[in-house]
Amino acid sequence: MDPNTLDRLQFAFTVTYHYIFPQLTMGLAPLIVIFKSLAIWKKDERWNEAARFWGKIFGITFLFGVVTGIPLEFQFGTNWAAFSRFAGGVIGQTLAMEGTFAFFLESAFIGLFLFGEKRLGQKLHWLVAFLLFVGTWLSGWFIIATNAWMQHPVGYEMAADGSVHLTSFWSLVLNEWAIYQYLHNMGGAFVTGSFAVAALGAFYILSKKQVEYGKLFVKAGVIAGCAGSIWMLFPSGDLQGKMIAEHQPVTLAAMEGLFESEQGAGIVLIGQPDMEKKRLDNAIVIPNALSFITYRRWDAHVRGLDAFPEDQHPTNIPLLYYSFHIMVGLGTIFIAVMVIACFWLWRGKLFTSNWLLWILMLLFPFPFIANTVGWMTAELGRQPWLVYGLFRTEQGHSPMVSGGNVMFTLLGFFGMYTVLSLLYIFLMLRRIEHGADELTPVGMPNSVPTVDAEREIKEDQQ
Amino acid sequence: METIWFMIVAFMIVCYVVLDGFDIGAGIVHYFVGRNNAEREAVIRAIGPVWDGNEVWLLAAGGTLYFAFPVLYSAAFSGFYLPLIMVLWLLIMRAAGIELRHQLHNELWENFWDFVFALSSILLAIFFGAALGNVIRGVPLNSEGYFFEPLFTHWGTTGETGILDWFTLLSGVVAFVALAMHGAAFLAHKTEGEMNARARKVISLGWFALVLVTIGSLFAVIYVRPTILDNYYAMPVGWLIPIGVAAALAAVKYFNSTGNDKAAFLGTSGYLALMLGGAVFGVYPNVLPALDPANSLTIYNAKAGAYGLSVGLIWWSIGIVIAIGYFVFLFRTFKGKVTVGGEH
Ligand code: HDD
Ligand code: HEM
Ligand code: HEM
Repeated sequence: MDPNTLDRLQFAFTVTYHYIFPQLTMGLAPLIVIFKSLAIWKKDERWNEAARFWGKIFGITFLFGVVTGIPLEFQFGTNWAAFSRFAGGVIGQTLAMEGTFAFFLESAFIGLFLFGEKRLGQKLHWLVAFLLFVGTWLSGWFIIATNAWMQHPVGYEMAADGSVHLTSFWSLVLNEWAIYQYLHNMGGAFVTGSFAVAALGAFYILSKKQVEYGKLFVKAGVIAGCAGSIWMLFPSGDLQGKMIAEHQPVTLAAMEGLFESEQGAGIVLIGQPDMEKKRLDNAIVIPNALSFITYRRWDAHVRGLDAFPEDQHPTNIPLLYYSFHIMVGLGTIFIAVMVIACFWLWRGKLFTSNWLLWILMLLFPFPFIANTVGWMTAELGRQPWLVYGLFRTEQGHSPMVSGGNVMFTLLGFFGMYTVLSLLYIFLMLRRIEHGADELTPVGMPNSVPTVDAEREIKEDQQ
Repeated sequence: METIWFMIVAFMIVCYVVLDGFDIGAGIVHYFVGRNNAEREAVIRAIGPVWDGNEVWLLAAGGTLYFAFPVLYSAAFSGFYLPLIMVLWLLIMRAAGIELRHQLHNELWENFWDFVFALSSILLAIFFGAALGNVIRGVPLNSEGYFFEPLFTHWGTTGETGILDWFTLLSGVVAFVALAMHGAAFLAHKTEGEMNARARKVISLGWFALVLVTIGSLFAVIYVRPTILDNYYAMPVGWLIPIGVAAALAAVKYFNSTGNDKAAFLGTSGYLALMLGGAVFGVYPNVLPALDPANSLTIYNAKAGAYGLSVGLIWWSIGIVIAIGYFVFLFRTFKGKVTVGGEH
């Protein structure tokens, strides 16, 4: 295999794996702040225990996010040296800002959040939780701004040596693309977080243990999940779609499986792209819908793949097409389930409707899938460009690193991450088994006896 | 401007080595200072709340290097492909060793993570030292500004070099000994009783080894890269650096024997900072010397655009002040000694 393909595989694998963890931490962080706020506002200790329980989950997930994130930053240099030399002066800005403004914040406050509740007292502990939320969401901002520049380069000029130089800091940091991408992506993380909370709640109710916490979790989870799911379709998903139509029309055509330009194009619900015959097999189509969604006119002209030269087409159109359709399909299902669940909650029937609880419980892996295929849509849609319109993917890899060496490290990452997955699953199952009950505030790791002991400290481990 | 960024990157690397250095060092001496399970747990607790923040200096330094000297970043990271990816694996293992140990109270589990933690720390120290050795020795950059080094070739410092040769291995040994001392000094400062005594013993024995390898490496550097002294002759203030190194070494010895652990720790910190500073001073304005000097990367041919560097200076200054604020707050909150068998 040639080095470029292996580099792409390695990056795709490591970044997809990484993103399993941050989407959960970024989704849980605001929920934990909400739990803590409710605890203080309603003076209800149960919400505090909910915050502590999900704080533990957050802690372990955070660790996995950290260890799998570091390889990504390194890989820009190790595997994508030519790309880094080309674009480092621009995207290095946002990456370095992520380290300086977000990672320092997160890493400093995670310890305080997990171990400092007693020492800090409730108000300060709330503040620490809030700062942690700010940290994770800031980190999301900078990484999205980095990616957005690759999707839609702005604020740069070509220098004499063939690399790009920054000309406008603010257009990089406040890239229009980044704003829409951020709104949608953070919504996706919030969906993951709230579905996880709801699913665990449903599990507790169904398995008749910790039922009280189960109800709390389900309630919080479905309300948040309902709002989040709707947000994903409208306005944020819709805005993303319009942006693509404007700046990457060929990507849109490939995502939608639109081989030929059409007046009043329809939206494909199901159908299999046939790349040889350049058409969709077995297509079920809603007529005129695509024209309306993108241009708000039923008969608008939408350009299909035939309107663009072949060397600008995304390289893997079927996968791109399926990724997009899986995302939208799942998004629709999420809205349906969560709206029903909220309605049932309001009518007071949710906690006794076992069929619905089963669905909520089994739904928890699907936001992870939706987020992953969403990113695959974005990243495959960007092909064949590494920096859209400026720099092609095949130019980007490190010129001196041979395929055999990349294969070695790729296999190494497979092995390493398999072990990490097993550990993560093991630790999660233990946490869930352990439950939220009697999670008392935790002291300091190196506690000198605490001053304002509100409660006896119990060993929280077992 | 590029000189400022050269100093900033050097500053951040020094911060990383001094801060994460004591975590790595604690790992190296893990089994010497912690003789039983409870003591080893205390070692972990001593670094538990701070190691992650310390490691972020590596990321932040990497990010800063990336945007200030993109050409250097791409040349060095792709050239050191294998050792860097192995460093990543080791960092993952170390993080797991520190953070997963206390998730389960089971002796096999704890023993396993102790071992992972110690082993990955030892290898990290040697790899980092060897990396610095490579930078001083120079790498086989071609005229395009790229190179690739296998892990080892014929163990010599000329021709087809590998990452490891006698010289870079020696640098690895220096890093190993120095970080072991640094970690021991940190643990001496954080512990009491027997653990404290053992940590001090590591320092007093290690001291002789450190003096020996430091002097040895000095001669080796001059042998492998005679031009390293040019900057010192041109700017004689530079000679303060080796004097400072000697003073730091003396301070470590003195304060360790008088039992002032904090001062001894500052001594090892000073030693590390000055050793790195000395190398940086000698290399400047090169950032990655090539075996064929015509291909060397310097701050002038590796830097990013002027506009980017000047806006960077603004946000970097703000960001670093805030970050240092967190660190002061964090270290103050978790100050004091850890006790054996203390709670989590
Ligand atoms: C829970 C996750 C989730 C759900 C339910 C949805 N999305 Fe999404 N989508 C993402 C998670 C996501 C994402 C992972 O967050 C992406 C990848 C890049 C990005 O910014 O967001 C994304 C990207 C993304 C893009 C941009 C692709 C590109 O950049 O080429 C579009 C047009 C949509 N989405 C549209 C939708 C629509 C119309 C949805 C209808 C329900 C939808 N998404 C549901
Ligand atoms: C977490 C979400 C992400 C996922 C799941 C993801 C997925 C992928 C996939 C599948 C590829 C391979 C595409 C191909 O080879 O056809 C890829 C490539 C790449 N992505 Fe992403 N990506 C994510 C986020 C990012 C971000 C935030 C950045 C930039 C900061 C980024 C930068 C890159 C680069 C540099 C490549 C390699 C070059 C290429 O193949 O285009 N990715 N990613
Ligand atoms: C090319 C893609 C990416 C790179 C280079 C990258 C880099 C990193 C690094 C180095 C860390 C460790 C930070 C630490 O030590 O505290 C990290 C963690 C994190 N990353 Fe990524 N990341 C990428 C993709 C993403 C994406 C797409 C997101 C979400 C928008 C994201 C959000 C986070 C967050 C929130 C953390 C904090 C740790 C956690 O909460 O689990 N990253 N990332």
